[in-house]
Amino acid sequence: MISASNQEVSSGGSVTNAAAGNGPSPAIADELPEPLTAEQLAAEWDEERPPHAGPLANVAAAVATAALGAAGLAMSVAMGLGSPEKPEPGLWPFIISLVMIAMSVALLVFGRKKLDAEAFSSSSWQVAAGVATLVGFVLVVGVAGFEIPTLLLTFVWLRFLGKETWRMSILLSFAVTAAFYLIFVVALSVPIPHLF
Amino acid sequence: MDFLSPVINGFGVVLEPMNLLYCLIGVVIGMLIGVLPGLGPAATIAILLPLTYGVEPVTAIIMLSGIFYGAQYGGTITSVLLRLPGEASSVVTVFDGFALARQGKAGTALGIAAIGSFFGGTVSIIGLTLLAPVVAGFALDFGPPEYTALAMLGILLVATVSNGSKLKSIIAASLGLLLATVGRDTFTGESRFTFDNLSLADGLDFVPIAMGIFGLGEILYNLEERHNKVQAPAKVANVWPSRKDLKESSGAIGRGSLLGFFLGILPGGGATIASLAAYAMEKKRAKNPERFGRGAVEGVAAPESANNAAATSSFIPLLTLGIPANATMAIIFGALLIQGVTPGPQLVQNDPELFWGVVNSMYIGNILLLIMSIPLVGIFVKILRVRAAILAPITVLITLIGVYTINNSIFDIWLVIVFGILGYLMKKFGFEPGPLVLAFVLGSLLEENLRRSLLLFGGDPAGFIGRPISGVLLLVFLLVMLLPLLQKAFRKTRSTAPAVEVRHEEKERV
Repeated sequence: MISASNQEVSSGGSVTNAAAGNGPSPAIADELPEPLTAEQLAAEWDEERPPHAGPLANVAAAVATAALGAAGLAMSVAMGLGSPEKPEPGLWPFIISLVMIAMSVALLVFGRKKLDAEAFSSSSWQVAAGVATLVGFVLVVGVAGFEIPTLLLTFVWLRFLGKETWRMSILLSFAVTAAFYLIFVVALSVPIPHLF
Repeated sequence: MDFLSPVINGFGVVLEPMNLLYCLIGVVIGMLIGVLPGLGPAATIAILLPLTYGVEPVTAIIMLSGIFYGAQYGGTITSVLLRLPGEASSVVTVFDGFALARQGKAGTALGIAAIGSFFGGTVSIIGLTLLAPVVAGFALDFGPPEYTALAMLGILLVATVSNGSKLKSIIAASLGLLLATVGRDTFTGESRFTFDNLSLADGLDFVPIAMGIFGLGEILYNLEERHNKVQAPAKVANVWPSRKDLKESSGAIGRGSLLGFFLGILPGGGATIASLAAYAMEKKRAKNPERFGRGAVEGVAAPESANNAAATSSFIPLLTLGIPANATMAIIFGALLIQGVTPGPQLVQNDPELFWGVVNSMYIGNILLLIMSIPLVGIFVKILRVRAAILAPITVLITLIGVYTINNSIFDIWLVIVFGILGYLMKKFGFEPGPLVLAFVLGSLLEENLRRSLLLFGGDPAGFIGRPISGVLLLVFLLVMLLPLLQKAFRKTRSTAPAVEVRHEEKERV
């Protein structure tokens, strides 16, 4: 939606740029970056986004969703379809799975070239690391309470995923853990497993 | 008098201290997340769903809706001062808002935006008050066939109007419908897709799905996206707009509010489209459109009025028909279901306190937001300096601990993580999460009504066309389905069809 309507907005934006002349007061203009036209802004935002993934990403997505649809289809048939006047439990999931497969095939055939998927980059490992800390959190929380995993998770996210300084990360992670303890255990007495 | 007395009683509900407090909490959170980088209103509302368990339904919805329309105010601040739209609905505000900031008139831009937002919001609440009971009255005799058609149309519209590829959105919606079938079949009692797992026997809960896909998914996505450059915001001097500025923008505010109100009602419509359309309209009407993009006050006033009006009026389809018009409304729908309230035409009559309490709370919320956006704006400008890196672990922990508190279940935390990964992957591969969550919310309603209708028609699907309302709705459904193909054919002959114009056509048809 945004990208579609940007065209509308930006077509006029370039005209205004050509006519740009009246200068803002110089003092403020020095502090702030140049004003950009709608087109330039859109281009800048585009640059900040990760690179597009090629058509292969769409093929992979279409194959994955088609496979999911096929699995749904097979399980729905196993549940029994019945007839429209006497539907069995499988009829409705059967219909949805059909739609899903049809749309996935359409994506594979017609939508492949649309570059709306993002490529994975080296910073995607940060996401993987983030997920790993979440998994670690869940594994530990039931056994050892929430304080230690909260402290460690905050520290890792601040220091290694957020590139904060050591000092900031250590101070903040203790502060956050203390705040969570006060809010959830002391104030709200939520039955989350805790040590103290 | 009959009409007015429940409206007035609604004010009594709002003025209860608890509700006032939650209204304040809601709008402050909304304003904050509008200003802070990272999370949008849908993600925030999803993450805060566990908070609503302990309170009355009215109180919960007052807070959640406060977050939604509060974010529309807050998003303006980053657009004007940092050239970064805080919310999708503030993207067009960047063009003239930042140009004004560069001319040293950041205060003017913020002030006009706040007044426009307040006016748009208030006009829209009045419209909502007048229109909602009428729509609800009209829909009172909807039967299963009408609901089936309406739910299908609602899902399709949200899927086709969303940002991403339409095919992918429909795939996401079907995945949502499929997830909704997990658990016991209400008609036969048989288990579906449970894989003999006891935790799945009662089906998937809405909260972990919404928290995972919207909340955690977005946090994980930002982890990769994060650019840590902290930009110094422009200085804000005088936020009280001059008489001249007000005069220049009053027309734009009025037109933006009306346009926003109508665009917000449409399923799939909402704040983003409204702001884009209002900006385009002002530019088209202007005597010298070349001022736009170089600091025209109207270019800030119109979209900001429109996005607030639309945010408010998008409650109409939810509260009167039980059909959420966008992703955020889908989450509020889920929150109502959790509270044991089924939104629909009966809501105004059966639960007037809830209905009018929520609607009237918006007046208070908008006044609070106006105060925060004009006299107190300095505080929120300071908050702009908080880094996303610091917020990320805090939001993640609120999500994990929050979902645990609902059922005291570790399984629910696992669900959030799984759906968080799914939400991240969907974003990476260009699938919109909104249609999935919306379809999940409407899934069981849709299936139930479809099966009831088929029973009613003796198994003959042609019965849908036989009833006037469901027939018309299905016709619109088909038109929306075929619209992309028609557009393609149309574009080949006339290559310059502005996207915003198409939205107007859609508006008239629905």
